[in-house]
Amino acid sequence: MSAVMTSNPVVVDDQGSQARQANQVRKFKLQDMIFHRVTLLFALLVLAALAGILVALTFEAMPAFREFGVSFLWSRVWNVPDERFGALSAIYGTVVTSVIALSIAVPVSFGIALFLTETCPAWLRRPLGTAIELLAGVPSIIYGIWGLFVFAPLFARYVQPYLQAVFGPVPVIGGWFAGPPIGIGILTAGIVLSLMVIPFVASVMRDVFETVPPQLKESAYGIGCTTWEVVTGVVLPYTRVGVVGGIMLGLGRALGETMAVTFVVGNSNRIVGSLFAPGTSIASTLANEFGEADPGLHISALFALGLVLFIITFIVLAISRWLIQRGIAKQGK
Amino acid sequence: MTHPRRTLLKLTTLAAAVSLSLSALATDITGAGATFPYAVYTKWAEVYQTATRNRVNYQGIGSSGGVKQIKARTVDFGGTDAPLSGTDLDAAGLAQFPTVMGAVTIVINVPGIESGKLKLDGPTLAEIFRGAVRKWNDPAIVSLNPGLNLPDMAITVGFRSDGSGTTFVFSNYLARQSASFKSEVGAGNTVNWPANGVGGKGNPGVAANVQKIAGAIGYVDLADAMKNKMRFVALKNKAGHYIVPTQDAVEAAAAGANFKVKGMAPDLLDQAHKDAWPITSATYVLAYEKGADPAKQKAVVDFFTWALNNGQKMAEELGFVPLPASVVRMVEAEMKTIK
Repeated sequence: MSAVMTSNPVVVDDQGSQARQANQVRKFKLQDMIFHRVTLLFALLVLAALAGILVALTFEAMPAFREFGVSFLWSRVWNVPDERFGALSAIYGTVVTSVIALSIAVPVSFGIALFLTETCPAWLRRPLGTAIELLAGVPSIIYGIWGLFVFAPLFARYVQPYLQAVFGPVPVIGGWFAGPPIGIGILTAGIVLSLMVIPFVASVMRDVFETVPPQLKESAYGIGCTTWEVVTGVVLPYTRVGVVGGIMLGLGRALGETMAVTFVVGNSNRIVGSLFAPGTSIASTLANEFGEADPGLHISALFALGLVLFIITFIVLAISRWLIQRGIAKQGK
Repeated sequence: MTHPRRTLLKLTTLAAAVSLSLSALATDITGAGATFPYAVYTKWAEVYQTATRNRVNYQGIGSSGGVKQIKARTVDFGGTDAPLSGTDLDAAGLAQFPTVMGAVTIVINVPGIESGKLKLDGPTLAEIFRGAVRKWNDPAIVSLNPGLNLPDMAITVGFRSDGSGTTFVFSNYLARQSASFKSEVGAGNTVNWPANGVGGKGNPGVAANVQKIAGAIGYVDLADAMKNKMRFVALKNKAGHYIVPTQDAVEAAAAGANFKVKGMAPDLLDQAHKDAWPITSATYVLAYEKGADPAKQKAVVDFFTWALNNGQKMAEELGFVPLPASVVRMVEAEMKTIK
């Protein structure tokens, strides 16, 4: 009460209280400045860490790039005893598993988010939403163990022979499902990844769908739109930016996932056309080989792989920024 | 009358004095390196601590990490599955001695084939692991196993995806059996396995892959193979006998080896003894001959002297194979150089 009184300009009538007030303003300004500086420092820490990682990766990767040149990026040889290294098989595995993961996760997450925001009965909305958030909190190694011990054997016994029977005779696509059905490989890794990505993408999509003003939706329903028309005509255009952001978040997680992929991808540094064949990803190669890597080219090649993953993630982020910017620009018109 | 604050001060001093004298009694040592002996070293350390109050902390960071750390003097001893050569040891001023032995076993998951029934020899094993023999009913396998009903099934090769001493031992054995294996796959901690291979992380990872994939063959150490009750391959040894891996077969391999060499690392692969398991190896400890801290140096020697004399049974229970008594005496003599 008294604080309000002293800061009230009406009460100020003498020199002393004016000086006191000026003092207080100076104090507030100083506090503001300190607060600003401290938060700036925290923010700069992020930049410093990022720059530090980039510099360290580049520095350690230099011997490998000096030895193999830019062809490191498209050489598919990864031969540790001969010390010849190329990143292509790891890049291939990383990209293919992530693409599989997203092509499953995006439609499913879209469905989940739609159900939760548009057609879900009120009593189910909360438990379902919480379950999805819980799923996002499960450590990745649990997905890996589940994938290896439960999913892979079932997949090998029931799904892979069926896929081979259906798609085997089809030209081109048949090759994707060639080879012995062993349950472990690129496709399994992609499916396990999709399960890990779904909670992230679904909860972001749900959150952005909920930001659509009810008046917009209700007026669409009011002129006789079906739920599907409301979704494609109102909800999606309104939330396009957020949806792209959610998908990119999922993609980022899929690209960098380490343990779960290591368990089920088969860890073979080769490119075989089949999705049933074992492969490897950048993150799982790092997890596997760092511990016992001999100093010299091997370590350097692993750092170079890390740098490649960093650049891939950067490109993904840049593309998503660009898509979002474009979306905003279009909305402005 | 005593001032309460002064009493507090006295108590603190007393506590500090007690903890100081305790730490003077007990010397903590730290080791790091090979993951293969991790189970037995930590078991020894645990029992040793209750017996003597001395603490030994061992971190399984991998053999090359162990060599790196001991050379950088960040640990009191290093563990490695790939022994250093005599010249390397001399150059670094390190002493090296074996602690326990183990075996790399070949395990399979072929429907209808029981443990120990499938017979293979070194060259055929090398052909399988370089991806040249890809079916279980390949003539090369059938000719070694007359009467065994081998299915027309693709072979999947299970290997270690992480760099490991187990791979080092196994690939070195195969590289000796076949020149094409040596040039295509190579020998080392991480090698170039064929395209029909599936990599698992750690011995448990390989064991799990082999158990889950019908038609798989893989290599795991004896301890993990026994723990998981896996199906073994009988492998032909140098004397021409087909041997199923057991602790006795590993002891037989050690019996014929000459440990009287610098670094105490004789070649244990393919020993001539008639009962010897061909893929036998030992794991080694590295310590400085002249250390910076004599108390810690003594603590390292004390620990391993205690372990080699009291820890044999614990090692056996964990699936390792103890050193023969004659080798233990030699290790004790070798440890006298660690000061």
